[in-house]
Amino acid sequence: MTWLGDHLTDVLSLTGQHAYLAGVPLVLGLLIALPLGWLASRYRVLYPFLIIGTGLLYTIPSLALFIMLPLLLGNGVLNPINVLIAMTIYTVALLVRTVADGLGSVPDDVNQSATAMGYKRVRRLTSVELPLAVPVISAGLRVAAVSNVSIVSVAALIGVSQLGSLFTDGFQRAFLDPIVVGIVACVSLALLFDVVILGATRLMTPWQRAAEAST
Amino acid sequence: MIRFDAVSKRFPDGTLAVDELTFEAPTGQITVLVGPSGCGKTTSLRMINRMIQPTGGRIWIDDQDPAGMDEAQLRRGIGYVIQHAGLFPHRTVAANIATVPRLIGWDKRKAEARALELIEMVGLPASFAKRYPAQLSGGQQQRVGVARALAADPPVMLMDEPFSAVDPIVREQLQDEFLRLQEDLGKTIVFVTHDIEEAIKLGDQVAVLRVGGRLAQLADPAYLLAHPVDDFVADFVGRDRGYRALSFQPSPRFSLAREQTVRLGASPGEAAAAARNGWVLVTDADQHPLGWIEPARITDSILPEMLHRGGTVAKEGGPLRNTLDAALSSPSRRGVIVDEHGAMLGTVRAPEVLAEIEDRARPELQPESPQGGGMTGESLQPVEEAPA
Repeated sequence: MTWLGDHLTDVLSLTGQHAYLAGVPLVLGLLIALPLGWLASRYRVLYPFLIIGTGLLYTIPSLALFIMLPLLLGNGVLNPINVLIAMTIYTVALLVRTVADGLGSVPDDVNQSATAMGYKRVRRLTSVELPLAVPVISAGLRVAAVSNVSIVSVAALIGVSQLGSLFTDGFQRAFLDPIVVGIVACVSLALLFDVVILGATRLMTPWQRAAEAST
Repeated sequence: MIRFDAVSKRFPDGTLAVDELTFEAPTGQITVLVGPSGCGKTTSLRMINRMIQPTGGRIWIDDQDPAGMDEAQLRRGIGYVIQHAGLFPHRTVAANIATVPRLIGWDKRKAEARALELIEMVGLPASFAKRYPAQLSGGQQQRVGVARALAADPPVMLMDEPFSAVDPIVREQLQDEFLRLQEDLGKTIVFVTHDIEEAIKLGDQVAVLRVGGRLAQLADPAYLLAHPVDDFVADFVGRDRGYRALSFQPSPRFSLAREQTVRLGASPGEAAAAARNGWVLVTDADQHPLGWIEPARITDSILPEMLHRGGTVAKEGGPLRNTLDAALSSPSRRGVIVDEHGAMLGTVRAPEVLAEIEDRARPELQPESPQGGGMTGESLQPVEEAPA
């Protein structure tokens, strides 16, 4: 493992790049999935279209998307924007259903009483429904985070550097060390994302722990 | 005052939930809408705060038709309590109660102070302020629900089966405390229930609805028990109507028989000397009745577990129903009457109570209106209590 010692700066910079390419789309994807999920839960006619439609996006092979996007958008193949957009699409694909189901999980009598208290629609959404949907949305976000960390590595095949580059490097030189380091770094990154999401969720849902403690 | 003027609701699927409903809920009184499921009572309630839009007729609140008003604005001025309370699980008890004050722009400190005041008013400890709803029992949640509805002191309250989901003992407590609160607050309340007992206990007036959202009868509880307008109402009001109607008649001052009593620990001989017709009443040092005992059956000094506990006790001047029940339930056939502190005054026998009941006038039958008894504005007026 002298390899890691010699290449520590490179590995760290690749990890940073990987975190950027997987993390930013997570936030963007959530922001896009929120209104789409709300539409799906609010208008039941739209639900199947939005859920199946966005779900199908996830079945597009990532390599195909990485190659197609530069052609569609007119960007250079090496432009990391393509990867950010592709990963955002995957995040949206995973999160629309999560957001819709999260909002759908809010008990009906809670919604009814919010309306009867005089909440207008937007304020009810932001101060009653979304806070109550946090546990469900957070569960979906954790899956999306792991999935993003894993899929991003494929972008090494089109030359966008991140931890995946260690795999192609190791493969081309038939050299195991960078591959092992890459896997460990990916897993650590996924764990880190998970811890951050869990921590944020706990901060936002003190009421959940109160409920658990009392049952 | 809330006035329904030929209000109808037909849902998009064609179901007629409410059919030309006309009645008035007077200011400061509790009007109960009661009926079997499918009678449109909840729909009617929700049309008042526009959670459901009527398809015909008008609903007036204090001579204003809120049809054009901003709905959220309207609802903030109307208290609302539902079954299971519908509390916000992610907010503390204090924050739940402060909901409407915060919505109408009170500052945080004032809303919080009001919440604490209400927590106390509904009989919860102040330490509950920081708890979350999941940490409360069903009955406690329901109290918070009532507090939340009262927070901004709305003149009108809508209550949809608020006490139905709790066990019978808690329900009775909640009902009693609700009546006590209402005595102080004097809100205009429309209360929905499927439980006729609850309707009769809580209502200043009761509107019985039949399936399809039609008003069958509107009257005060005593009148409803005395004069059900048809078979449907009679069936719905149920059995024991004559007996239940006695709940609304105060007892006169009966000339009570003096009752010789003994204390716990009395010997069989002492008890036998005090007994009348084989039974003697045992009391504590303050003359609070504890139970009856048959001296002939005991060989030792009187212990609490030897007492007959079947007899009920009635307060002097309380409802005739309680007085009669005290006489009927007493193993000695002598009904125990107590003063407001619970100390024994004397006993009364069932024939004396019955004689009094027979002398009483029943609520006078009101003249039928063209649309049928008890359905028009004139017959909405509370029926005068029969003179005592």
